[in-house]
Amino acid sequence: MSTLIQPHAGIGSAGKTRTGSSAPDSGSDLQSSARRARTRSIIWVWVGRAAVAVFVIGGWQLFTELKWIDPFFYGQPSQIWDSLVTLFTKGTAFGSIWDQLWVTVQEALFGFLFGSIAGVIAGILLGSNRYLSNVFSPYIKIANSIPRIVLGSIFIVAFGLGIFPKILLAGVLVFFAVFFNAFQGVREVDQGLVANVRVLGASPLQVARHVTIPSAMTWIIASLHTAFGFAIIGALVAEVLGAQKGIGLIISQSQGRFDPNTVFACMVIMAVFTLGAEYLITLLEKSVLKWRPPVRSEAQSI
Amino acid sequence: MGDNTPKRIPVPPGVTDEGARIEIVDLTKRFLTPKGVPFTAIRDVSLTVEPGQFCAIVGPTGCGKSTTLAQVSGLDKPSSGSVQVGGHIVDGITNGVSYMFQSDSLFPWKSVLQNVMIGPVLLGTPKKRAETLARDWLRRVGLTGFEDRYPHQLSGGMRKRCAMAAALINNPRILLMDEPFGALDVQTKAIMQTELLGLWEELRPSVLFITHDLDEAVALSDRVVIMTSGPGTVKDIFDIDLPRPRGDVQTLRHEQRFIELQTKIWESLRDEVTRAYERTAGVAA
Repeated sequence: MSTLIQPHAGIGSAGKTRTGSSAPDSGSDLQSSARRARTRSIIWVWVGRAAVAVFVIGGWQLFTELKWIDPFFYGQPSQIWDSLVTLFTKGTAFGSIWDQLWVTVQEALFGFLFGSIAGVIAGILLGSNRYLSNVFSPYIKIANSIPRIVLGSIFIVAFGLGIFPKILLAGVLVFFAVFFNAFQGVREVDQGLVANVRVLGASPLQVARHVTIPSAMTWIIASLHTAFGFAIIGALVAEVLGAQKGIGLIISQSQGRFDPNTVFACMVIMAVFTLGAEYLITLLEKSVLKWRPPVRSEAQSI
Repeated sequence: MGDNTPKRIPVPPGVTDEGARIEIVDLTKRFLTPKGVPFTAIRDVSLTVEPGQFCAIVGPTGCGKSTTLAQVSGLDKPSSGSVQVGGHIVDGITNGVSYMFQSDSLFPWKSVLQNVMIGPVLLGTPKKRAETLARDWLRRVGLTGFEDRYPHQLSGGMRKRCAMAAALINNPRILLMDEPFGALDVQTKAIMQTELLGLWEELRPSVLFITHDLDEAVALSDRVVIMTSGPGTVKDIFDIDLPRPRGDVQTLRHEQRFIELQTKIWESLRDEVTRAYERTAGVAA
């Protein structure tokens, strides 16, 4: 219901600022009642969210407490909290948790950066040049069909246990997610707009700058959300496969010690980090795509 | 055309700017359909638009009107025949041309001001100067105060004004219009037509104006070309001798001479429209 009320509230307030004091009573009434309805709906959303969390975590705690499921295999929320505290106060076998986190974050961020830059460039090149796309399309399909996690083993054999093979794996995962979206985005460019700027005398570079890239940006930014998830996966998996530092290493060590609680604790840490990054990407999305009609971004807010 | 700022001086009526003459000679354009069958869109179209003349092309759907326009702009190459602009054969994008489509062709991610600025910016005009020019043009089309809006925040008529300012800001020698007002409601359309005439009389570019609307063609132009369909050829050319400036398009419609001309041209067009309709109806049945 709230989504139905919000747009009306927006129109009402905009109308009021323009017409000024023509109908002050009904206008301010409408505004304040709309604001109340909005606050109410926000409160209810948060109540619902809290209920879901209590239900899931509480249920888990209860079932493991009652031994309906075995906490030895499945962990237990209270013990996960304990291992989180241990991780942050006592550190890990390989040094402080911040060191480990910093290594993983670096790998994920560099992988994300290089992967998305390469993906955007390749996507725009192949998307705007039919010859190149015809030549490369079978190879892209082949590369895409390789289970890319396997590449992690190859990278580690080739480049050792350092940070570089992790960046590479994260980058490869990110590349394909961004590449296909950038490619599609370029293909969906409004041809009328391209014709229009060409007639006005635009060079191919200017067409790319003023039409192709901004138009593909909608697609590219949408892909960054999933791409960031892939960057984390790439970094963690490569660390599990072989590393000297990082969250993935803690996960694989805990697995060896039959300690699901620490694995879950690592998941919590990465989730917090990913949520933060996701928030930054959303900010970027809002500033780059501020020209979009509000209705669409509201539909995409989830 | 090495110079960076669009500064063709508007040509007063009666003086000819030879660079703005469009000569289409025996123009033929064939396409391959997706199935690989050749299809002739237009055949042996010959047509001259004098400098500063407003020429409308009317014809049934699918008679190759837009194809003809694409050849003039240089976006597309003729299969045979030639297009000359200002005595030079068109090869590649023609200089000093602006296009207006039925869709607004505005950048959804640029503000109104940036949309209008794009013409001079593409020619390398310094940003400050381009902005001053764009503000001036927004004033001329009545969009002052809307500089920072995005196209989706404007009404259909306002978007059209914005597109018109963007098309005219470079002071083109030739203005190609492909059903520019086709999607507007009747009242807005009449207002836009009057405004277009006003701006055209100031700048006097040569205009090729495609439309389905015979009233629109007669009210705006000096010459109406009737095209037949399948493949497109020129059937008839009518000169419109209504005096200029024509003023308000709405009142023009009730004048005796307008009705005479409209009736005469409709006689010629009707057969074509009926034929085209029968053919498509036959395909559908």
